[in-house]
Amino acid sequence: MTKTRNLYLIPYIAWMLLFVATPIILIVYDSFFDVEGHFTWGNFQKFLTPVYLRMTFNSFWYAFLITLFSLLVAYPTAYWLRRTKHKQLWLLLIIVPSWINLLLKTYAFIGLFGTYGFVNSFLDWVGIGTQQILFTDFSFVFVSVYIFIPFMILPIYNSLEEINPSLLYASRDLGASPWMTFRRVVFPLTLGGVKAGCQAVFIPALSLFMITRLIAGNRVVTLGTAIEQHFLVTQDWGMGSAIAVLLIIVMAVIMIATGNRGARNTIR
Amino acid sequence: MSKNNKLSQLYLVVVFLVLYAPILYLMYYSFNSAGTMHGFEGFTLEWYDEVFHDTRLLIIVLNTVVIALFSSAISTILGVVGALAIDRVRRSKPRNALLAMNNVLIVSPDVIIGASFLIFFTMIGIKLGFVSVLLSHIAFSVPIVVLMVLPKLQEMSPTLLDAARDLGASGWGVVTKVVIPFIRPGIFAGFFMALTYSLDDFAVTFFVTGNGFSTLSVEIYSRARHGISPSINALSTLIFLFTMILVVGYYFLTRRGNRRPEWGVQQP
Repeated sequence: MTKTRNLYLIPYIAWMLLFVATPIILIVYDSFFDVEGHFTWGNFQKFLTPVYLRMTFNSFWYAFLITLFSLLVAYPTAYWLRRTKHKQLWLLLIIVPSWINLLLKTYAFIGLFGTYGFVNSFLDWVGIGTQQILFTDFSFVFVSVYIFIPFMILPIYNSLEEINPSLLYASRDLGASPWMTFRRVVFPLTLGGVKAGCQAVFIPALSLFMITRLIAGNRVVTLGTAIEQHFLVTQDWGMGSAIAVLLIIVMAVIMIATGNRGARNTIR
Repeated sequence: MSKNNKLSQLYLVVVFLVLYAPILYLMYYSFNSAGTMHGFEGFTLEWYDEVFHDTRLLIIVLNTVVIALFSSAISTILGVVGALAIDRVRRSKPRNALLAMNNVLIVSPDVIIGASFLIFFTMIGIKLGFVSVLLSHIAFSVPIVVLMVLPKLQEMSPTLLDAARDLGASGWGVVTKVVIPFIRPGIFAGFFMALTYSLDDFAVTFFVTGNGFSTLSVEIYSRARHGISPSINALSTLIFLFTMILVVGYYFLTRRGNRRPEWGVQQP
């Protein structure tokens, strides 16, 4: 028994040490060096200036909005999807757009939201008149939600599928209204899926630098944009690493906070 | 189970329309002889011709597919090994440590993964290109596969394993004949999730891709930053049709597969 356990652990831990631990140690190490390669605390001091703090706040605010709207759209979709006739086929049709490259989808919105695009022609036809849609906060959040929807629907759908139907019959037999059944039985049982979905959306949403570049046109500057800028444009790896390290710390705090709750739930 | 009412059907239809609208929009304007994403001038196949004569673009498509298939296959193997390893660790402290380490890359924003891998590959001297992109795609897919497989392992009743051992199965036999078939849905889910993430990934690839090598996302990003390019529309139409063929094939395969357990499990 002990022997087999070790056999599986060796490749996995070796892989994890090489590709998880080492890069993170390196990025922490790099954050203490300036462009010339001298040891410095300056990168972290620079982070505490209002420019970077506002950027941090913005990133988290946008990521929160994106997660919230994704959840609001995805939950009813998953819920009603499960009750359609050919649900496996419909589910696949939800997943298909997520297989289309996200850059292609973002690119489509440049056309849709453009000055002469479909949305503006429609607004014009309705009588509202042409609006500036591209390069606004709205378009940024909308496109991001669009891209993350399948990743939110999937875990929620899976947790809905796992519910034993007899629980729903029991709830109905015991006199609960459909809304009561949903609120007291279905929703609590899908919280795991909701949490997984929120995690799958919130974290990538923090680092959406391509959508900010293409759709929000540098109007929305997030931490992701800043890191990309420092690594690939200004080549100031130290400052980029420092922002990354602070982001890692925040993520770790979030993970420990939500992770503990998850553990407690499984014990109960 | 009760059937959906009119309102919920309408909701699902709207969600599907919004999900597919950008893709259909892209496809429609791939036939526009004006070469823009507004004002349809006339039907043309000019842009398709351009795609098929653009060797560079075709090589990039091939690169993307090869990277996705290789990375998801390798990460599925590593992920299953990892899930088996974690599942066998019973004491809660090392188990939680392993799970936390597994989650690091899932909760890390893409930009941080990309930046830390860029430092990592530069330091150990791996040339940026195919190998670095493949390794980083495997790295971020392994934890996803572990997370898809682990719940299936936990669902498995220990009596099943005891029975297999009582009936004389070796350690390896238990894994290949009992465990793997049981967790197969999790393995497939993990593989497809890894495939999706790899095909969809832009941020990590963008950091570690270097000059000579490119994937579709990176290529579309650089083209989209220069404005609208009709050959991208043509390409996305082709990708969409290809995906649809895959989906239909997959749907019929799984429909046949669903019947398999009936004659796969031997009756007493």
